[in-house]
Amino acid sequence: MKPLAAIIMRDLRIAFGHGGALLPVIFFLLVATLYPFAVGPDAVVLNRTGGGLLCVAALLAALLPVDRLVLPDVEAGILEQYAVRGMADEIVAAAKIVAHWLSFCPPLMVAAIPAAALLKLENEVIVRIELSLLISTPGLAALSFATSALTAGLRSSAALAGLLMLPLAIPVLIFAAGSLAPQGTGAIKLLAAVSLLLLAGAPFAAGAALRTLRE
Amino acid sequence: MTAAQLEFRQIACLRGDRLLFENMSFTLKAGNAAIVRGANGAGKSSLLRIAAGLLKPWQGTVGSGGRIAWLSEQAALDSHLPLGRALAYWSKIDGREEKTATAALEAMDVAGLTEVPVRMLSTGQRRRAGLARVIASGAPIWVLDEPGNGLDSTALARLEAIVADHRQGGGIALVATHQALGIDNAIAIDLDTLQ
Repeated sequence: MKPLAAIIMRDLRIAFGHGGALLPVIFFLLVATLYPFAVGPDAVVLNRTGGGLLCVAALLAALLPVDRLVLPDVEAGILEQYAVRGMADEIVAAAKIVAHWLSFCPPLMVAAIPAAALLKLENEVIVRIELSLLISTPGLAALSFATSALTAGLRSSAALAGLLMLPLAIPVLIFAAGSLAPQGTGAIKLLAAVSLLLLAGAPFAAGAALRTLRE
Repeated sequence: MTAAQLEFRQIACLRGDRLLFENMSFTLKAGNAAIVRGANGAGKSSLLRIAAGLLKPWQGTVGSGGRIAWLSEQAALDSHLPLGRALAYWSKIDGREEKTATAALEAMDVAGLTEVPVRMLSTGQRRRAGLARVIASGAPIWVLDEPGNGLDSTALARLEAIVADHRQGGGIALVATHQALGIDNAIAIDLDTLQ
């Protein structure tokens, strides 16, 4: 258990210490800032479409750190050292997913408050957005990490990562947007189910990818 | 600790569609060392990666008793961290006390660099830091890929001394090198003559 805590702490230090955790937040806020310029400041339109927009922004923000999650550790030989110590790749992947979620979800939830204000969203919509972020980000973080492991070391990996990840994230987007409606409890449950599915599958996909990287 | 052992049984290594070596068998017991030699691309690194468990052999099995410390061309230290803290990370992972890391830094003569970020170190200093990581791990089996690369003659002498110390204490060293390294009574594994 102790080595896993050390892995998580190290990844958090890198994410927050090098501004990597800040990038998705800035992107998220930028989208919320630009949107009213594009569709006009009409509060009714913004309020009706803003929630869905934030769901899309969160999804695209999850794509941003994908090229930095695995490759630096491969190049530095860090992952090899874990493997030599007999740590299973799946366990290492799970620890790194936890760390990535911790550096991704809380900043995004904080940023959602000013973003919602920029889009003139009503208070109850803000609460539902926070809830849907909390539930969807574990799945998104897991998916980002698995994508990162699968594309590490490939040329034009960033473009490939988008093509690989976005289709798999469609269910998250549908149910996250659905959960923003006043009668969206069913969608919340489905969102949780999809998020859990991604979270459960990602360490195995990522672990297999990490093993292949050593060949 | 129980006696360390590293055993290759009928190992064959296939990379792509090239058979690098086959029927390789040897046993290293506590205090033994082996030096792997061979031309570039002969399979030195592959052999070491198989020994370290990073690469699956095409045929055969590896039996290892004891933890392994692995030194590849990368030092595996966080480049933005000061050397002391970068090394302390592995001590924490291995559940070792921090003073073992300090002793290891002294053994490789990099104790004066603990406050210097790893990315500022020269090639030779980084190599020595990587060796300090190997020492600090306390693992009985050392698998070292070209440990002498970038080291000056003083550092090479230190490397020879720490390997001798390690074997004295019942450790095993499996070393791939193209340099002349003074490792006494080492089993020679020459990949060029195996073809």
